[in-house]
Amino acid sequence: MKRRDFFRNSIGAGIATGAALHLGGYKRLWATSGSNAAPYDLIAVRGGEPDVMFDRGIEAFGGMKSFVKAGQTVVIKPNIGWDVIPERAADTNPLVVKRIVEQCLAAGARQVYVFDNTIDEMTRCYRNSGIEKAVKDGGGKMVPGHIESYYQEVPIPNGERLKRAKVHELILESDVFINVPVMKTHSSTRLSLAMKNLMGVVWDRRFWHANDLHQCIADFAMFEKKPHLNVLDAYNALMRNGPRGVSTSDVTNMKSMLIATNMVVLDAAAAKMFGHEPETIRYIRRADEMKVGTMNLDNLNIHRIQI
Amino acid sequence: MKLSYLKKIRVAVSLIFLVATTLVFVDYRNILPEKLISGIVYLQFVPSLLKFINLVSIAVLGFIVVFVLTLLFGRVYCSTICPLGILQDVISWIARKFKKRKKRYYAFSKPHNILWYSLLALSIIVLLFGSVFVVSLLDPYSNFGRIMTYFGKPVVVLANNGISSILEKLDIFSLYPVNLVNIPFWVLVFPVIIGVLVVWLSVTHGRLYCNTVCPVGALLGLLSKVALFRIIIDEEECTQCSLCARVCKASCMNFLQAEVDFSRCVGCYNCLTVCPTNAVKYKSFSPGSSFRSLTGRKGSDDTGTVGGSDEPDLGKRKFVKGSLAYFLGMAGISILQEKPVNQNPTTVPEDKDFPVSPPGSLSLENFNDHCTACTLCISACPTFVLQPSILEYGLTGIMQPHMDYHAGYCNYDCTICADICPTGAILPVALEKKKQVQMGIAKFIQENCIVHTDKTDCGACSEVCPTKSCHMVPYEGTLVIPEVLEKTCVGCGACEFACPTTPYKAIFVNGNAVHQVAEEPVEEELKIQETDDWPF
Repeated sequence: MKRRDFFRNSIGAGIATGAALHLGGYKRLWATSGSNAAPYDLIAVRGGEPDVMFDRGIEAFGGMKSFVKAGQTVVIKPNIGWDVIPERAADTNPLVVKRIVEQCLAAGARQVYVFDNTIDEMTRCYRNSGIEKAVKDGGGKMVPGHIESYYQEVPIPNGERLKRAKVHELILESDVFINVPVMKTHSSTRLSLAMKNLMGVVWDRRFWHANDLHQCIADFAMFEKKPHLNVLDAYNALMRNGPRGVSTSDVTNMKSMLIATNMVVLDAAAAKMFGHEPETIRYIRRADEMKVGTMNLDNLNIHRIQI
Repeated sequence: MKLSYLKKIRVAVSLIFLVATTLVFVDYRNILPEKLISGIVYLQFVPSLLKFINLVSIAVLGFIVVFVLTLLFGRVYCSTICPLGILQDVISWIARKFKKRKKRYYAFSKPHNILWYSLLALSIIVLLFGSVFVVSLLDPYSNFGRIMTYFGKPVVVLANNGISSILEKLDIFSLYPVNLVNIPFWVLVFPVIIGVLVVWLSVTHGRLYCNTVCPVGALLGLLSKVALFRIIIDEEECTQCSLCARVCKASCMNFLQAEVDFSRCVGCYNCLTVCPTNAVKYKSFSPGSSFRSLTGRKGSDDTGTVGGSDEPDLGKRKFVKGSLAYFLGMAGISILQEKPVNQNPTTVPEDKDFPVSPPGSLSLENFNDHCTACTLCISACPTFVLQPSILEYGLTGIMQPHMDYHAGYCNYDCTICADICPTGAILPVALEKKKQVQMGIAKFIQENCIVHTDKTDCGACSEVCPTKSCHMVPYEGTLVIPEVLEKTCVGCGACEFACPTTPYKAIFVNGNAVHQVAEEPVEEELKIQETDDWPF
């Protein structure tokens, strides 16, 4: 029943989204989800510890309360794809996840769920990434994502190649969706950032790989339930051999973080930090062309914080 | 001298062993530490013997402990340590509760020594010729393992999944559901046969299986004929009341002749407990004394056995059919299902020269010569990559696990199978060394690759490669296509598993008949230009 409600609501929301996008007013759309409009398009933080950077960043972004209301449920989707230690930067930094959980609860969230459809074996990924403990310590709930029955098939009306996908029910059911990728290179998509991280909320990734990976990533960014907040963890960044990395020698301590409500904006900014022009990463370019967001950062309101 | 406490000790010890040994096979969440698992199966006779033959090390003494125990007290192994034996005791104990009073009792019966010792001889001869095939089919521990992994574990997992789905409604996620992997039909055939045989015989004839089929029982039976302590019937004190024979699961109490066929005695001590005149004794024989039991005459005319002439039980048949349907049905929820996802079906078959044996097994030869297919590693493997083979290793290797890269891939940082293998088919290997064990080498088939056929980026194989031996190189335009660096490839199969093409993968691991040492991935220093400016 709850799910059906969601679909009814989301179809409405989808129409609204589509209409809003058509009018080019996607910024206004996000403003309606919070009480006060996000004051910036992008927050860029540098020079602090992971938790401190998030605190400063979200504060400048109007505080967690502008994204999470009392009594709401929150789902956080970090990258926990790999059975590696946090120093390898293949998974999101556990401190970032922990602080986001804490901030959500402090803002009055009823429950904060964290999951990933991991690539390596789930329990080992959850444990060895340090995220399971971080979430528990922060007061959130670690939820499994390794069984197909958690995933509900949804349509992606404007998808070019990806027209349907099975999405984890927590993404569909939670009030607030926070996407927390880690900044890393990727062997075939070049970079794995916010949009790419959403491959971990769907069941069948093989379909994406076999059906124009870049287009599928851009297509899924069209799905109506988009992240309300995207936090790119670049405390440690995986500079080569991504997305898994081979050793800690692939990692640099970048001590940075990007926060944005729009995935394309965030990915475009992160691409620049890697020295790539956003349009050279095909899924970013496609998402821009499909009007998920803009990859042109020139006219955006960017707030930079140095700690 | 009343010796009824012996039975109590036997029951207590046997239940501990049965529960512990069951747990190691149904432990679907890898809760038990590897050292504990090794400890629990340490005394299992056949695995321990095979490991000793393989390692010739005094570190593997489980089977010697069993030898010594048998030479002292007879086949106590069969009633306290052997999980298949204890399982039969449990089954016959339960079955007795549903039987009419008359049918609850056993009776002395003639031994089936020709069949029994023939199977023992066959096992030993084939083993001497270098094949573990017959031993693995008959070893009670391995049979128990297969029954638990293929029948017990799914039941536990399904129960877990049922409970977890209820708890999840209450927002509790600690008992998450677990996948069941489809088990090939041909792998199930033998465990089903043994399972049905064991259940049927234990319901109707007590320990007939152990004294007719089991080669470990036969071998220990021969030893027990010269054991220091043997059970005897004291002719002077015996009133021929038949109580001892009526409780003897091994049907070895020939009370009319005041003789005990101690080679068949499984050491359950029921007779000691029931004898009203204490005529049944556990007597010590000095090593020089006459071996009376060795010259025991053939049994009496009392060959009646319990419930042997029953009509075919339709309920049982239904159960067997039901179980088969259940396992066939499991295929439906299998994680092995591969839906076609690529638009152009691939055309070039994966052509493996050799299957892949687990890390630590050194070579196919070493693995095939020592693995009894007990399924302990299959059950414990967290990624499901270890799956029972059908014909991958040839017919004599049926049920032995192989690395099935369509079911999963070998976790780079895991050595569980090597840590727990009780037979030495997979030898312990330190994690750092394991990361360089080259079980096979990935082979790329460009004709099947999405990048080649569809001209779109994919890279699923390279993504998951833990050593980046599968890396992407420029192809047409901005596309990148995989290339394998064979020297650093460990053959973990992540690439093969991840490859989305069907029916044939575009990358697969060709097994190394003899495992090699892969080179370490090259680590270069990262050259980063530090900057305080944002590029936007």
